Amino acid sequence: MIEIGLGHYLTLGAIIFSIGVLGIFLNRKNVIIILMSIELILLAVNINLVSFSVYLQDIVGQVFVIFILTVAAAEAAIGLAIIVIYYKNKGSINVETINTLKG
Amino acid sequence: MLAHSLFFYFFSLITVFSALMVTISRNTINSVFFLILVFVSVSILFIFIGAEFLGMIMLIVYVGAVSVLFLFVVMMLNISSQTTKETKRKGFVNNIYVGLIFGVIIFFELLIALGGWKYKSDFVSLPNIDSNAEITNTHALGSVIYTDYIHLFQISGIILLVAMIGAIVLTFSKKENVKRQKYLTQIQREKATAISLVDVKIGDGVKFDD
Repeated sequence: MIEIGLGHYLTLGAIIFSIGVLGIFLNRKNVIIILMSIELILLAVNINLVSFSVYLQDIVGQVFVIFILTVAAAEAAIGLAIIVIYYKNKGSINVETINTLKG
Repeated sequence: MLAHSLFFYFFSLITVFSALMVTISRNTINSVFFLILVFVSVSILFIFIGAEFLGMIMLIVYVGAVSVLFLFVVMMLNISSQTTKETKRKGFVNNIYVGLIFGVIIFFELLIALGGWKYKSDFVSLPNIDSNAEITNTHALGSVIYTDYIHLFQISGIILLVAMIGAIVLTFSKKENVKRQKYLTQIQREKATAISLVDVKIGDGVKFDD
């Protein structure tokens, strides 16, 4: 308990990942919170990579965190642009009203 | 050891609580603020575990760019009026509490991170580490990125370029009544088509046909 090891950081990553997945399912209001949940999931992946990289003494994990960061930023930009044009066309980004592509 | 566990539990509890609040918060603006709190806490954890460069990059990229992007979109789309019908008080008085709470929490996190810097050496104690104190984290990362992973690094730059162009193309809209500058026709104008000499008779005007 008092000794913080690799397992504690992995547990933190697992908790944040679960909260992110939960947020995607729980959310019924707007799409922006779903995008934020995706950011949380990517953050959990980053926590895992960094903690493994530190505890296994291998710098490559941190290199890949930079690439994940790049992809996350690009994804946020594209996703928000899509949300903006959807709002411009439909006037609402409520999740329950987005059912044009019936799945 | 004790310092490490105290720091870890403090920042990870704030992280988990804020991550929960991101998903269940009623107001979208509050969700974005809690997302900022998550990123600040996790970046401080990264800094204290030994990945200083990544912690700073997380602060710059996530808090400085991505969260501000989220905030801009939330403000532009006018979502809060759809979901919550709050009482109409003065905007400043209404919002100062939330802003003060987030600001004070982030300020105290940074203070604790600064005050705990002297305990940083006994955070990660590994038996097989030869602590080469001359090479910092940034130095080590740079010596790997720019040699072994240079192609991946450049590809990630191209990904950012594609994302930028994609976002511009998606949100760009042609307006009907706005006159735009036409670069090609400006450049292709010549003297023969631009200037015309007219003999004006006395008492007549000049009629331009355009």
